[in-house]
Amino acid sequence: MKKIEAIIRHFKLEDVKNAVNAKGIQGMTVSEVRGFGRQKGHKEMFRGAEYTVDFLPKVKVELIVNDSQVDSILDAIVGAAKTGNVGDGKIFVTEVVRAVRIRTGESDDAAL
Amino acid sequence: MSNYLKPWRVLCLLAALLPFLITTNVSLAQDAAGGSVAPAAATAEPAKEVAAPTAAEAPTAAPTPAPIATGDLKIALDTMWVMIAGFLVFFMNLGFGCVEAGMCRVKNCVNILSKNFVVFAVSTLGFWVLGFGLMFGHGSPYLGTEGLFLASGEDNSPATMDAYKGAYDALKWTGVPLAAKFFFQLVFAGTAATIVSGAVAERIKYISFIVFSLLISVFIYPVVGHWVWGGGFLQTQGFYDFAGSTQVHSIGGWCALTGVIFLGPRIGKFTADGKANAIPGHSMMAAFIGCLVLWFGWFGFNPGSTMAADPIAIADIALTTNLGAVFATLTATATAWILLGKPDIGMTLNGCLAGLVGVTAGCSVITPVGAAIIGSISGVAVVFAVMFFDKIKIDDPVGATSVHLVNGVFGTLCVGLFASPEVLKAHLIPPEVCKPGLFYGGSEQIVIQLIGIVSTAVYVLVVSAICWVVIKATLGLRVSDEEQFEGLDHGEHGNTAYHGFVVEKV
Repeated sequence: MKKIEAIIRHFKLEDVKNAVNAKGIQGMTVSEVRGFGRQKGHKEMFRGAEYTVDFLPKVKVELIVNDSQVDSILDAIVGAAKTGNVGDGKIFVTEVVRAVRIRTGESDDAAL
Repeated sequence: MSNYLKPWRVLCLLAALLPFLITTNVSLAQDAAGGSVAPAAATAEPAKEVAAPTAAEAPTAAPTPAPIATGDLKIALDTMWVMIAGFLVFFMNLGFGCVEAGMCRVKNCVNILSKNFVVFAVSTLGFWVLGFGLMFGHGSPYLGTEGLFLASGEDNSPATMDAYKGAYDALKWTGVPLAAKFFFQLVFAGTAATIVSGAVAERIKYISFIVFSLLISVFIYPVVGHWVWGGGFLQTQGFYDFAGSTQVHSIGGWCALTGVIFLGPRIGKFTADGKANAIPGHSMMAAFIGCLVLWFGWFGFNPGSTMAADPIAIADIALTTNLGAVFATLTATATAWILLGKPDIGMTLNGCLAGLVGVTAGCSVITPVGAAIIGSISGVAVVFAVMFFDKIKIDDPVGATSVHLVNGVFGTLCVGLFASPEVLKAHLIPPEVCKPGLFYGGSEQIVIQLIGIVSTAVYVLVVSAICWVVIKATLGLRVSDEEQFEGLDHGEHGNTAYHGFVVEKV
């Protein structure tokens, strides 16, 4: 099992959700996050005074998938979340050791 | 943000304003040099009128405001009521701002607040410079031609009826000073402009909306206003729109409709296969406050349109206005509950406003039961209208077309159905002003109501479409897709509405 963590633009969330759903993914966890990469922050104003927002809001999507699904899911996320401009986000894949479905006690692949 | 300050844009704006400035100066110069051409007819028969002391003393002089005796209680009370009612209608700006901000997303909140704030300033500019004169100035059946600029034509208000001498004789029936007449009419013009704001929200360019607001307050609202309230062809034929179901709400609604058509839907509102997505508003608290403020303001809007402290009429109209709101609130909630499975608060709030719009045209000529029936129908109509506009891909974030257009038209028609002979008699409304409706055996009123609805629709649709096309070709209408995703608060204003909160930008 692998965990796919994708940090994406807010307005791409719906597209990413539909794209991974189409690959048979049944669930995901989404959170509001802030941070910066190469895009850096942007300027806002308050009564004429400028300030910089260093940490831009993004959405983090977390998915746990079978090893065999990883490549196709990564393709799907990249395809759906890409605009081609700086600030599209990043994807990280890590190893997952155990998974348990609380309601039934099923574990690992059966729990996904 | 800074791209609006580019020199050529500023020049365009100045160029657009130039004709106003020039014509204003010319007219002032003429006033100073030529004396009074307009009131020649009025001064031809001096001394005949008993209640115009200034005209009797100096028959050749231009009319001046009649002196108000210290003990003239009626003028004092009438003015007090007109002004308080006008202040209530002004307060409706807060209502519109809150309803619209609440029903839109947090990333566009500053933009909506800013639009709603500036729109009243802009419409005041337009209505003061030219609008009031076009609307109420003495003139042809289609347009006012006297006292055009700066609401400063000849006038001896608060003299009324035969004693009135001046350019604004369409308002000679109310015994209040000219400034009171102007202020009361101004807040109504502002309301019509504000209605458009909600329908075009979340994707219109700030500057384009402001320019349209100026155009509506000069070229759209006052022209129909002359027909309906300024002694024009609809009024003389007996078209009855007491407080503005047609004049305020349907004009705002028609402009909103053409605006939405030329602007297109927000990104993500409709799926590729044509289904409408819900885009939830960010604060039902703001929408709730806004709706109650509007309801409160309506007690100035409708009862104030008596423009006189007439105890029976004011009380009756407050009653019919409230009943319309109450019954529409109930039926809209019930309809949403039955159709959608839950009593959706968005529909409840829209329902209340729909009922208020529905009774606005006829609130002075219908019975309380009539108001209850009109309100009940409005409440059901608004729910179906919202679903209908979604179906034909008209993206109206706050339901302005469903509330103001559909019920403005419906309410105007209802005068021809529900106008009661007893209420007409009690409020001293003569048959040439309004006749009994179809349900009381009268068949003439409904015909003229239909003529009024259709002529308003044709004029406003055509002229507003031209305005939108011109703006689209010069300034552009829509913000970029990227700005829409990021939010107009950032793109147009560089501000955030709730700094320090986590902002969801979906």
